[in-house]
Formats: sequence, C-alpha cells, structure tokens
Amino acid sequence: MTTVSLTVNGKAVSANIDPRTLLVQFLRENLRLTGTHVGCDTSQCGACLVHIDGKAVKACTTLAVSVDGAAITTIEGLAQDGKLHPMQEAFREHHGLQCGFCTPGMIMSAVDMVNRRGHELDEKTIREDLDGNICRCTGYHNIVKAIAAGAEAMGKAGVTTRQAAE
Amino acid sequence: MADARRKLDIAAEAGPVGGALAHDSAAKHVAGEAVYIDDIAAPDGLLHAYLGLSTVAHGRLLSLDLAAVRAAPGVVGVLTAADVPGVNDISSTHRQDEPLFATDRILFHGQPLFAVVAGTREQARHAATLAKAEYAEEAPLIDIAAARAAGGALVTDPLKLERGDIAAALAASPRRLKGSMAIGGQEHFYLESQVALAVPGEDEDMQVFVSTQHPSEVQHMVGAVLGAGSHAVTVEVRRMGGGFGGKETQANLFACVAALAARKLKRPVKLRPDRDDDMAITGKRHDFVCDYEVGFDEDGSIHAVDALYAARCGWNADLSGPVTDRALFHMDNCYFYPAVRARSEPLFTNTCSNTAFRGFGGPQGMVGAERFIEEVAFATGLDPLEVRKRNLYGGNSSTEGLGRDLTPYYQQVEDNIAGHVISELERRCDYQARRAAIREANAKSPVIKRGIALTPVKFGISFTATWFNQAGALVHVYKDGTVALNHGGTEMGQGLYIKVAQVVAQAFGLGLDAVKITATTTGKVPNTSATAASSGSDLNGMAALDACETIKRRLTEFAAKHWQERPEDIAFLPGRVRVGAREIAFRELIQAAYMARIQLSATGFYTTPKIHWDRKAGRGHPFYYFAYGAAAAEVAIDTLTGEYKVERVDILHDCGQSLNPAIDRGQIEGGFVQGMGWLTTEELVWDRKGRLWTRAPSTYKIPVASDRPRIFNVHLLENAPNREPTIHRSKAVGEPPLMLAISVLHALSDAVASVGDYRVCPRLDAPATPERVLDAVERVRAEAAS
Ligand code: FES
Ligand code: FES
Repeated sequence: MTTVSLTVNGKAVSANIDPRTLLVQFLRENLRLTGTHVGCDTSQCGACLVHIDGKAVKACTTLAVSVDGAAITTIEGLAQDGKLHPMQEAFREHHGLQCGFCTPGMIMSAVDMVNRRGHELDEKTIREDLDGNICRCTGYHNIVKAIAAGAEAMGKAGVTTRQAAE
Repeated sequence: MADARRKLDIAAEAGPVGGALAHDSAAKHVAGEAVYIDDIAAPDGLLHAYLGLSTVAHGRLLSLDLAAVRAAPGVVGVLTAADVPGVNDISSTHRQDEPLFATDRILFHGQPLFAVVAGTREQARHAATLAKAEYAEEAPLIDIAAARAAGGALVTDPLKLERGDIAAALAASPRRLKGSMAIGGQEHFYLESQVALAVPGEDEDMQVFVSTQHPSEVQHMVGAVLGAGSHAVTVEVRRMGGGFGGKETQANLFACVAALAARKLKRPVKLRPDRDDDMAITGKRHDFVCDYEVGFDEDGSIHAVDALYAARCGWNADLSGPVTDRALFHMDNCYFYPAVRARSEPLFTNTCSNTAFRGFGGPQGMVGAERFIEEVAFATGLDPLEVRKRNLYGGNSSTEGLGRDLTPYYQQVEDNIAGHVISELERRCDYQARRAAIREANAKSPVIKRGIALTPVKFGISFTATWFNQAGALVHVYKDGTVALNHGGTEMGQGLYIKVAQVVAQAFGLGLDAVKITATTTGKVPNTSATAASSGSDLNGMAALDACETIKRRLTEFAAKHWQERPEDIAFLPGRVRVGAREIAFRELIQAAYMARIQLSATGFYTTPKIHWDRKAGRGHPFYYFAYGAAAAEVAIDTLTGEYKVERVDILHDCGQSLNPAIDRGQIEGGFVQGMGWLTTEELVWDRKGRLWTRAPSTYKIPVASDRPRIFNVHLLENAPNREPTIHRSKAVGEPPLMLAISVLHALSDAVASVGDYRVCPRLDAPATPERVLDAVERVRAEAAS
C-alpha cells in the first residue's frame, strides 16, 4: 500500500492505496466520482478523460500514484456554484449527446482543446483534435457544433478549466 | 441543473409533442451525474465476478483444473455448470443451444467455462487466468465458405420467399447476370460495455441491475438458471451507455452469472468484462454472402431476382433466425421484382454468436438489393439512379400479383413515398448537375477520382415475431398533481424516455417537469418486449397514452358530476383543465378527485394492429408500415492508395410527424455515421484458429470525428404524417437511417468505376476499406483494358 495525495476538483484528498490502482479506479471507487467513465480500458475511447494539472489525460491507463501531488479536474469539477460550465451548457443545448456515456470525456477533451488552441476553433481543428474520443451514438455532428459554441461561450465568459480547478 | 429543467419546461408550454426538446438526461449527462449500472453505489459486501474463457474455438473440454483459481488471493468462490441449480442454458430461442458454462463441447474461442468471484475486480480478473484446461482440439469452421465446405450445418430453419415462377421469368428475361457479394459484420462497440449487478434478497428473491435492452428476458433467464420463478426476479435498468442491438440478448450471460454468484455466495455481485473480452464473447452484426441472379431488359427494368443470403451465425441460433428473415424482407428495398425467389442460409460457425444490430439483417438485405440495381445499371449503361427509379414500387394490385406494389412476402406497399423522397432529394442536392461536373472533373484528374450516388431506404416497422408487438405502461398521478411514468421500453440514448414523457405530459396538459421518468423494471410492467426493431416509441408511447386516457376518462366523469357539467365540456388544456366555463389547475382537479375516491393510477396496453405473418407460407403483412429516406453521398478516392474521404452527404428522411425533431435528427446523423463505419472502415478479423484479432478500437476502426462527412445536410421530410394512426402520426426512426449509408458504398463504387470509363461494374464488397477500394480500382482498370 502507498499513500497518494491529490487535489481533486479543488479539494485535497489523501488515501492509502494499492500502488497498482488506476487513476480512474481511484476517482470512481475511492472518491465516488463516477462521471469519469470506462469505455475501452486501453486509452482509445476517451470516456475516462480528466485533466491533470490542466492537461487532458486518459485516466484508465494512468496509475494514481504516478500523479501524486497533482491537481485533477473531473467532469464533476467543471460546474461552479451549481451553474454548468459553458462547455457543458453547449453540449446540452446543441444535443451533443445521446446515451451520454462518452459525454464527460468529450467535454473534458473539448475544454482542453480550448485551453490549447483558444476560443475560435474551426470545424476542421475540432474534428481532428477529437480523434482520441469515440462516440458511437451521435455521428459527431452535434458534438462538433457544441464544441465550437462552447469554445466561443468560454471566451465570452473568460472561463478556463484551470480557473475552475482552483 | 435546475435552470436546465426550467428551460425544458418553457419549451413544454407550447405542448411538448413535436418539440425539439433535449434528451431527458442531458443535464445529468453533461454534469457527469447520470448513473449507469457501474456507477450504482456499491452495496455492502459487494463481490466481483469474472469469466474464464475457452482458449480454443472448437473441440472437447477434457479437463478443467481450477485449483489455482480457487487458491488465488481474494477469491471467495468459483462457479461452473455444476453450480447451476436450474438449467445451464440461456438460449433466447429455447433451443437449448447456449450453455451458460461449457461442460463438454467447446464451440468458439472465448466461450465461458467458469466464473470466479473475488473481493475486488482485479483479483477476480487475475484469478480467471489461472485455470488449466485441457482440450481435444478440432478444426474450427470460421467463415461462410468453410461452413459451406463442411456441409453447411444451419443453426435455425432457413426461410424462403417466392412469388411468381422464378425459373421461367429468368429464362424469359432479355438479359440476365449472376454475381456474388460479401457483406461484412460489425461490432456494436456500445461505449458502456456489458455489465450486471445482482443483489440477493430474502427467499429466492434476486434484484438484477443490468445494461440490457430486454429486461423481461433477463428476468426469465435468471429465473431459469436459478431454478426460481420469474416472480422472484426483478430486473431494472435506468439507462444504457448504448445498445444498438448488442444488449438485446447478449446481456443475459452477464446477468445470469452475476445472479448465480450472488445466490451461491449470498452477497451482491458485479460482473463487468474488460472491453477486449466483451468483444470476444458477445455476438455482432452478421456478415453475409449474397449470391444472386438478375433478369432484366435494356431499359433497366428488372424482370426477376433469385438471391441466396448466407450468414455467419456463430455457435448458436440466438436471433439468427429472425435476423436472416429480415434480410430477406429487405432484399427488395424500394423495388418491385415481377418474379422473385429469396432464400436464407443461416450457417453454423465456430465464432461468437452473431446477434441483433441496428437494422437486424435488413441492412444486409438492402445492400444486396442495391447491388442488383448497380449490376443492371452497368449492364445497360444507365445511371444507377435511373434504374432505381424505373424499378420502384408503384401502381396497385387489386388482384394479387398483378400490380407493382406487392413485396416478395405478399404484403402490399400501401404507403409508398420512395419516388417522392428520391426526386425531392435529387433536386435539393443538385444531383444531376453535380454528377455531370464530377464526371468532367474525373476525366481531367489522373489520381483523385470523385464519385456520387443517391440511394433510397424503405424499412419495415414491426417485430416480425408478431407477438412481440405489444407493450405495457404504468402511470400514477399523485395527490399533488405530479405524474410518475413507467413503461417497458429501455433507454439506450435513443431518446425513448423523453418521447414517451412528451406524450404523457401532452395528454394531461402538463409541463415535462411534472412527469417523472422512472427506470424500466420488470416489477412495474411485466412481460415486455425487447426495445428493438425501432418500435420503442410506437409501442410504449401508445401504451402510456392508453394509461393516460384511462385516468382522464375517470377524471372527466368525476369532474362532470362534481361540477355539474357535461363530459364534452371538460378538456385538458396546456397548464389547466377546462370544466364548463371555468378553468382550474390540474392539481386542483386531482385533489378533488382524490377526495372523491377516484383511482388515479392506471396501466396501459397496446398491440400493433393489422400485422400477421405465416412464415411457412412466406406470406403475410409483417409490417405495420414502412419508414422511408434517401441519401446522396459524394466521395473522393485516391486511386494510388485506395484511401478516400466522404466529402458531402445530403439526407432526406421520413419520421412521419416527428415526436421530437432534435432526437430524430440525432438518430439520423448517428445512424448514418454508424452505417458508414459498417460499410467502410469497420472490419472484423478472425484468424484460422478462430481468435478474434480486432478486439479494440486500435485494430477495429470505428468512425471518429474526422470521418464525419465534411458537408452534412440532414433534413426531416416535411408534411409527412404517418398514414397509419401511430402515436401522434410519428414514424419509428431508430434503425432506418443506418441504411442511408449505403449511398457511401455506391459513391465509392462510382468513383472506382471512373477508372474503367464507367463500363465495368466495380462489384465493391463491404466493408469498402481502402484495401478493397484499391483492389477494385486495379480490377476495373484491368477489365476495362481487356
Ligand atoms: S476508458 Fe480510457 S480511453 Fe477508453
Ligand atoms: S452519446 Fe453514446 S457514445 Fe456518445
């Protein structure tokens, strides 16, 4: 057993865990943050995507101990004071979801995209940057629309994930 | 999230039916708050099960040594067939051909042999790898050719549809040709893998939370395996992370194993396979080989079609019977064949047991139909679209067999709008001008060639097993005027729950916030059918409406008496109830009705009218109605590499009077892209030993965002209410759009044909991977030169 200390969605957490515990397990089982999903187990679908120190990482292939000391943001950490993050709002508004299983990972990926590339995202950039996230339901049309709208709204609101995590 | 709900409610004020409302769980989905089976808070004492699988595809199990499994850290129990108190079988057809755990015969690579239960999932997974099995291996039959070569054993009775004298009609046709087409299978890749959680109760009770499209069947299977009555088993599912048919029967295994372990160990047990195991164990879309002979004339009119559809069904029957039947039901697509014979060949193979997948065999049947058209077009030198139009159903047949509206299964096509949909789309997408421009451009472009195709869809709506076309609902109105809604349909992302809630809210004149959508459970509505065959809202919407109407009848009768008005003068309006000259709140009416001891709860029930089917005779009226659509696709291929891009897609799709255009549009877009994946990049590969090689998205290519067509225009057909009195005149929309993607296959074919100056039929098989496109380019070039 090893001790791991993290800041998750702005809260300090510390636990004694099996060193083989995956970050996604730690989030889902130890912290009961079940919005981070497991789709493929192998870094391919993006359903488990979270932000580690402000960068998008797939939690299904990350050991919790390997990010000891880091600040993690999960989908549950995006909304502030009961108000959805502009990217969450955009996915809801633009029907960027069906079964919803890919949605948390898509949104975390989208926010990361904005952090890396700014608020004005053209369609081509969005489509190509999203290659690490699979959606089997929507055909991506509304997801791409939602991300473009969410990026713009983030610009207007002056929101980034890093602020949200603090 | 509260404001999300308020927003829904504002839209609802206009009358929720027909509104482009968001998915009922959208706010929870984006917040990460929607609870899937694996997210349910772990019950006290939860254990985890994992499956031990066969490592050969065919043979006898000589011995199974589980000592090391039992001794592994954390292990609390091991289960084999010997531990099954009821029947060791989960065959949905009741053919007893699907043992829960293998005992002797091994029929595919990945067949469950045992389960191990441990304190953690990791311990169970690890322990499962420690089994020592000895096999007497035999050569496996992997594909259709091998199955045929070995005598062609079938998993279920084949079907034959026959109308007219096929031999005479072929002989009399001015021209005829023969061909064969391979059509690939497809992995569902529901983003949420299979998962079940079983919680034992007192006596024989078992509560199972499972990601399934068919809770009633899981209930029955769990009961049979445990040797308990169905009344002891309750199956519940609030939502699935995708289903697509892959959770119609395939969830049974996981639910039964979890329940068996829970019964034996008297503790809650969860079972979630890793994705690669899920892909190896569970069935997929059937791949087919379609051998055909077509008789036609110089004008491109088809005189006769004789087709044999052979399918790789896998190691047991599962749903292969109805799936291969539905392939035959769609081997006509929108076209009239004056004489026709269609036969199915559901072949046994030593592979996973192929199963339901969006379209349920229909897409494969239809891909065949479009190949027949294409062959005729190349043979006559006509534009395939022209050939399509010439062969559409039309006219009517007062005398059987004389009109052009009789299907191969003797159902009259009464609602045909295919011609209208095609010509509308042809105009809107500027098909003719673009086709001409593409041909001109291709002549000048040595490497990159473009192609265009417009293909229609006609899809039969109803379960072909007539008895499945029934549904139940349960509606409670509480004293405060809020409503709890339950029905037998399951939510897998398709928006069924919101659609039915819209129907109920509208019936009472309420906003959606007054209607609580509750999880599907066998404890509330019994003996339900699978949520499948696109029938979810048709059936459950009607059943829920029936329950509402019962309550409204009682309320109307009560109000008339109480306020001394005529029943005709009571009306449920948006946000209020009119009682004669006065208007009161719904809540006020409910409170008065409660005080007067009026029953405020009702069940509802619906059976689809008009349908019947005699399988032996190959005759009947299996479909209540047809859903139509058309798509035009434009692609560009690189003739040096076979790589391609889908440049533009235009869709016009018939949803009748849409219950929710936002949801329906989502079904069309998603269905199209999923169909495009099936016909282009998604290829399943088994090796000679029967091992599935494509067990992850790294090797199995599911469309990603960049594969979406660059230009994607989707329109719902306007002013097209269903001619049948379906729920608010809507049409089913789950499956039909998948087949719109056939346009992509044919656009690729059109691009390939350019290298042979459009004289040689490319005969492009599916999936049209870049390798196949390149192959076809070289073949067409060689044939054109010779
Ligand atoms: S579960 Fe982590 S990428 Fe799929
Ligand atoms: S909404 Fe189902 S996988 Fe994306």
